[in-house]
Amino acid sequence: MSATASCERILLAQADFDGELDAAQAAEMEAHRAGCPICQAAYAEMKRMREDLRSSDLYRRAPAELRRRLAAQPAAAPVPPTQPRVAWWRRPAANFGMGAAVAAALTFLILSPGQQSMVDQVVAGHVRALQPGHLEDVISTDRHTVKPWFDGKLDFAPPVKDLRDKGFPLDGGRLDYLGGRAVAALVYEHGKHPINLFAWPSAGNLDASPTFAERSGYNLVHWVQDGMMIWVVSDLEKTELGEFVRLWRAAS
Amino acid sequence: MALPADQDSFKAAVLPHLDAAFNLARWLMRNTQDAEDVVQEAVLRALTYFPGFRGENPRGWLLQIVRNAAYASMKLNRGAMMVSVGDDTSLPEPADPGDDPEATLMKEQDRAQMGRLLATLPVELRETLVLRELEEMSYKAIAEITAAPIGTVMSRLWRARRLLAAAAKAEENRR
Repeated sequence: MSATASCERILLAQADFDGELDAAQAAEMEAHRAGCPICQAAYAEMKRMREDLRSSDLYRRAPAELRRRLAAQPAAAPVPPTQPRVAWWRRPAANFGMGAAVAAALTFLILSPGQQSMVDQVVAGHVRALQPGHLEDVISTDRHTVKPWFDGKLDFAPPVKDLRDKGFPLDGGRLDYLGGRAVAALVYEHGKHPINLFAWPSAGNLDASPTFAERSGYNLVHWVQDGMMIWVVSDLEKTELGEFVRLWRAAS
Repeated sequence: MALPADQDSFKAAVLPHLDAAFNLARWLMRNTQDAEDVVQEAVLRALTYFPGFRGENPRGWLLQIVRNAAYASMKLNRGAMMVSVGDDTSLPEPADPGDDPEATLMKEQDRAQMGRLLATLPVELRETLVLRELEEMSYKAIAEITAAPIGTVMSRLWRARRLLAAAAKAEENRR
């Protein structure tokens, strides 16, 4: 596999070596290889490397202790020992989150496949946030505590708005991970119902109006505002969640 | 968790693939403790995703979650920086064989060398090569797990192999 000499069919030669070609293509590549020293050498080198890799004992199996622990209790989220006061979104979810999720009456709205997958991730993020002791970081109180808390934890400043006087108090924030990136998660509350709002910078910067979706008993709303992708998820009913979205969008 | 019945089907789907999950996590994180944390986190996430899982290809499904958890962990722990790959990928610095206490045993050294060199590959190349050569997965399966087009998988695999071969050769010449 010399770095200098190359053949335009080298990736096909590799695909042949990896058994990715059908019989006709493979036969054609074999004929090509017979007359191409570069592909011949690459084939031999890949073969040698495969033997080296597979004979080097590099496959790392799960340690028995880890397997035992996960088999005994897959959801072994370490619950912090005796916390004096546990915020509601850290309390055991009981039947609240998981029950609704397991009912799983999946509703497909007109969303792109990418958005479909985001719907799943947002719901999972919400349900995850309801698990005991699982959040990476949580803080509470008002926006003046929440906003600076994100400084240095994210590569953007999330829009932190408090709607306490409108009946949707901001309870806290944390870091979450959605769609392959770190995002800000803001936690609001309305009549004991938690609302998770996820925000991260939009690649396109085009504002988009709110779109509703429903999944596993949760209502979701997605929009783009001021260059931020926003996803909101809650078990609140659709009209109340819509009111929250309207107020949040209007607030500064 | 309040769902014992569902936990059984969850375990049946996930536990058979724990070795694959750990192997990927171990080669992404490059140490055992972080890999254990990542796998534990991934299994927890998998449990919350499980209601939406349709039962196809549980191994690929779990490895996707493991990869996401590993990247999240790498991102949060700035110590384990991800190496981004440009077109002008420079060769990884071969490790000094003198560091290896078992350097006197030739065979052991060869085996350890392969692992050391593999660990120096940029993460995108490393994960692709690990899934192909150690997990023996198809291009399509690798593309799904790494969220990359098949063409990207093919070129990453080729660059991974070229880099590893060059690094092995450089180390050989050094002796």
